[in-house]
Amino acid sequence: MSIQVHEIYKSYGQVNALDNISFEVKSGELFGLIGPDGAGKTTLFRILTTLLLPDRGNARVAGYDVVRDLNAIRRHVGYMPGRFSLYQDLTVEENLEFFATIFGTTIAENYDLIKDIYVQIEPFKDRRAGKLSGGMKQKLALSCALIHRPKVLFLDEPTTGVDPVSRKEFWEMLKRLQEKDITILVSTPYMDEAALCDQIALMQDGKILEIDTPEAIVRHYPKPIYKVGAHDMYLLIETLKAYPHRHSVYPFGEYVHYTDTRMDFDSGELQTFLEAHNLSEIHIEETAPTIEDTFMELAKP
Amino acid sequence: MRVIFYIISKEFRQIFRNKGMLPIIFVLPLLQLVILSNAATYEIKNIAFGYVDHDRTTASRGLVERFSASPYFEVLFAFPNAAQGNTAMLQGEVDVLLEIPDGFEKELTMRRQGSLGVGINAIDGAAAGVESVYINQIVQAYNKDLAVEVRVPPGTARIENIPLFWYNQTLNYKTFMVPGILVLLVTMITLFLSGMNIVREKEIGTLEQINVTPIRKIHFIIGKLLPFWIIGMGLLTIGLILARLIFNVPMLGSLLLLYGYTSIYLLVILGMGLFISNFTDTQQQAMFIAWFFVVIFILMSGLFTPIESMPEWARVLTELNPVKYFVEIMRMVMLKGSDFSDVLLPMLKTFLYAVLMNVMAVWSYRKTT
Repeated sequence: MSIQVHEIYKSYGQVNALDNISFEVKSGELFGLIGPDGAGKTTLFRILTTLLLPDRGNARVAGYDVVRDLNAIRRHVGYMPGRFSLYQDLTVEENLEFFATIFGTTIAENYDLIKDIYVQIEPFKDRRAGKLSGGMKQKLALSCALIHRPKVLFLDEPTTGVDPVSRKEFWEMLKRLQEKDITILVSTPYMDEAALCDQIALMQDGKILEIDTPEAIVRHYPKPIYKVGAHDMYLLIETLKAYPHRHSVYPFGEYVHYTDTRMDFDSGELQTFLEAHNLSEIHIEETAPTIEDTFMELAKP
Repeated sequence: MRVIFYIISKEFRQIFRNKGMLPIIFVLPLLQLVILSNAATYEIKNIAFGYVDHDRTTASRGLVERFSASPYFEVLFAFPNAAQGNTAMLQGEVDVLLEIPDGFEKELTMRRQGSLGVGINAIDGAAAGVESVYINQIVQAYNKDLAVEVRVPPGTARIENIPLFWYNQTLNYKTFMVPGILVLLVTMITLFLSGMNIVREKEIGTLEQINVTPIRKIHFIIGKLLPFWIIGMGLLTIGLILARLIFNVPMLGSLLLLYGYTSIYLLVILGMGLFISNFTDTQQQAMFIAWFFVVIFILMSGLFTPIESMPEWARVLTELNPVKYFVEIMRMVMLKGSDFSDVLLPMLKTFLYAVLMNVMAVWSYRKTT
């Protein structure tokens, strides 16, 4: 086991940021924490990277206790905070060298590990970090978090505010790192990224709603789900919400995801109902549930 | 060791890359030194001077000539009687009125004594005090010459009891102010920079990144603060050179002693800067707190107003003011040529202060981060 979290609690005043959190991450696994802003993801990261003490419970990272062996943990984990936090006035190379030095290593020693990522920014190595584009900043931050060959890598919302192409590239990089036997714990508010993890934990309001593989989580979805389209999105949502048998209604791209309370749902009946409410171009079709659907279902009050 | 060295070199790289910071560190303080030293003056020039000469002898005319020769006095009026002189003073036409009594020369030669009446406009008490000193100096200087001219044995003739100003005989205010202002600059710059420095890492988020590395906190702190210690020493050096070249301030004591003391003193300031850093979240907050302390330290340092004239409780408070010790030692060493044993006590106090401040700062750093 690379990460073991056991009944962790943390509160800020009256707010329970983490409420009885337990999970385990196997060695070499890519584990995703999925949840909206304020779910407690960053607090959990800060506890696991020894920046914060839990109120109760214990956790082990790379075999070390996060409270007692914090110095050992700091040698073996890499942390990339959500906010870009490198020296903007130092160059790409100087930033990397700085982190290599304070970890007591050199760039040359671990170059093979970061090579794939670093070659992409190496042409700009004399540029100040503050002058890099968002995607390049992110690659530099990842290089800096990897320069000491960590056993466990913590990435707190690494793709928030990054363009879709860079996001895709970034996940490919993570996959390659995984092959080098690095355990990765990544948090993200994007449900589509969750499908790329080996295991995911759905988090909300400081609680873990479910932990499983992305496939299993989707499979557990309890109801058939329908995507509904019409000429007027707003009117469609309002009308569906007024439908007496509706279970859930969520906008999903250009469609609305709809579930019914009854097991013997008849799409013809719904179509008639919608037409009676002045909707046209109506389209109802059963669809496969996504992680987002599962999350919305689990998070339903 | 390698880590500390690397952090220091990183720190310097950042300072020298910051185009806005460099002039703030080196040019502005020196500009301040030149401007303040010339402007913050106790010296009073062009004093409107009037006299009433009842004696009308060589001796009395000689004395008046001394006043016209002085750059401080402008001899404007010769009044026929004291009443007219007093009226002129009431109307603000003269600031100083000298009355030479009848028989002044005779008294001086016969009885080796003389008395003069002096009226000073004391609306500005401080100015009046300085004017009185100037008058005394001129009269004293005149009296020595006089002794030669009228063949009175030297040293026996007395007009008045004249105070003698040791270590700065001409009461040159620049000699007095320049070392003090230099202290002010070194203190201000190092406190502001060190106070804002660690907060800055907090602000941009790098501190959090550093905290998950195995770097030892003490190494980090040393690496962060030592550059400002070096900058403080550099500022002192530049300031001393300027003091010598521009203001011709004497350097009677040992330079080594001055640098030795400054190296301890800067530790106090850096500890204070770190302490401020620990309890603030933004550079702005740090700056305000640093300002607050600097203003109190400077006004209660004896730089502009003598500590001896402060109320009892304030005098006790100044014991906690590191700037006070630095001003005191700077003046003692530069103007008086004090040696190690003379400054031992304030030096020990500063050392104790440095230890205390840094222990507190490091302790609070551990607590807050």
